[in-house]
Amino acid sequence: MTIYLPIAELPVAIFTVFAMGLAVGFISGMFGVGGGFLMTPLLIFTGVPAAVAVASVSPYMAASSFSGALSYLRKGMVDLSLAAVLIAGGLVGTAAGVALFLWLRMIGQVDLFIRIAYTLLLGAIGIMMLVESVRAIRRTHRGEAAQVRRPGTHAWFMRLPLKMRFRRSRIYVSAIPVAGIGFVIGLLGAVLGVGGGFLLVPALIYMLRVPTTTSVGTSLVLTLVTMAAATILHAEANGTVDAVLAFVLMIGGTMGAQFGARTGQTMRPENLRFLLGLLVLSVGIRVAVDLVRQPADLYALHPIEARQ
Amino acid sequence: MSAPPARRARSRLPFAAGLLAAAWALTAAMPAAAQEKKQAPLVISVSQPQVRITSSFTGAELVVFGAAETTATAPDVVVTVRGPKQSFVTWRKSRVLGLWVNTDSRTFVDVPAFLSVQANRPPEEMAPPEVLRLEQIGLSRNLLIQRVGTDYADVVPTDPFRLAFLRTQQAEDLYQDNAHGVTFLAPGVFRANIVIPGRAPIGRYDVTATLLRDGHVIARATEHFEVNKSGFEQQVASFSQNDATIYGIAVAIGSLIVGFIGNFLFRKE
Repeated sequence: MTIYLPIAELPVAIFTVFAMGLAVGFISGMFGVGGGFLMTPLLIFTGVPAAVAVASVSPYMAASSFSGALSYLRKGMVDLSLAAVLIAGGLVGTAAGVALFLWLRMIGQVDLFIRIAYTLLLGAIGIMMLVESVRAIRRTHRGEAAQVRRPGTHAWFMRLPLKMRFRRSRIYVSAIPVAGIGFVIGLLGAVLGVGGGFLLVPALIYMLRVPTTTSVGTSLVLTLVTMAAATILHAEANGTVDAVLAFVLMIGGTMGAQFGARTGQTMRPENLRFLLGLLVLSVGIRVAVDLVRQPADLYALHPIEARQ
Repeated sequence: MSAPPARRARSRLPFAAGLLAAAWALTAAMPAAAQEKKQAPLVISVSQPQVRITSSFTGAELVVFGAAETTATAPDVVVTVRGPKQSFVTWRKSRVLGLWVNTDSRTFVDVPAFLSVQANRPPEEMAPPEVLRLEQIGLSRNLLIQRVGTDYADVVPTDPFRLAFLRTQQAEDLYQDNAHGVTFLAPGVFRANIVIPGRAPIGRYDVTATLLRDGHVIARATEHFEVNKSGFEQQVASFSQNDATIYGIAVAIGSLIVGFIGNFLFRKE
């Protein structure tokens, strides 16, 4: 059974798209990531034009992150004040990212930039998460106590002025690095077309020492806000948001996210981080392989969007 | 006083392109005009004037019928369908510091986004190359204007960018070349099947049927049909175009509702 996508202007197999939503939704619910770094390449692979894929993934991520965030909210696993500071930085970062994207398009190397950025970013974060989580898993196997947060280990950036107390996360840090992290996530999200959850969760855990429990829920709230904003911006600026595609993905995604969130909550945090690290690293390697291996066809065709 | 020459130099460009196009049109029209007197009557008809794209659209098949007044042996027939015009960029990758990077590109300006050439036998057997080229008969002889630096021109058929463009479009079924796509129902009466793929572009499709005999064009007829979205597909597309911001907000709110319902339904209680 196929369905014709009115904006992408092509028919797709409805169950394939639904299954993609379900699978990516499961992963995003489990790890608290938006799933954009998986969904966008998958859609492009099925033949959806890149511009439509990037834009239609935004409402999908808004839906699945909202669904996930509600579960975490009910359990009190969201730090709303932390989320508010992150969002403030994130929205500024999104605007800056759109400007950077325009400039990259002007010099004509968006493709290359995105691939290299993906490889470096996903590779580095994947390896960091793997190393850290393997250490943590070994520690628990040896029966040692989990790493205790020591008050003396605050990095310099956490001692900057504008200190705020985030009660839910039990941290007392400067608002400057928090907004800064939000800014970077917003910037990368706009340029790379990813929600940034896979960057934000480790940044919250390792840089701000936010407990794993609140970091996932808080990250989902930031993804929700930035992706809802991105949906409106994409629709207005590019007209490439395909509502039909987005809703089919969404229905699969919200269902998947529920199962994913439940599975994630029953797992040990370090095992969860190990799996996410593995996933992030493998996507990074996949992008790198494409960059290094000789393509089957050296020529690629891109239609020039004719929009009045 | 230094600005005007610069402006004039810039404005000469589209003028030159226009001149080129005018020259082309003129040379293309000349043999047609010369043969106007002895042209045999030819009528063609398309099985449906409008292809409607609904939610279940996966493509369509149209039939072009034609009848020519002929006395002697059946002539050769070439049916060409040209879809709406679009511009494309063909990129070529090459290795830079071990990475495969887009290094070279050609822009194809206002070429048909859909192009189907159906004939009763290979066009090469019908007429000498110069006639085929002038009449744009055959997929490889259709005019594909490229932007070459500051110029606009078609290039030799063996140009790798041109070949890659045709190959990619053919792989998507958007360009079709069938040397045996035209069948005769009776002498002078023919039909050709045109397959419109699911991802065919929206817009006006021009159908041209050309009759050849002894290497000369003896008749030509044109017809057209439209490919349009209809019903729900049409409503979504025009909503997103006419009220982009409201459309975006509606999709965003819709996504929150889906997220909420999803969470509500799966709540453990």
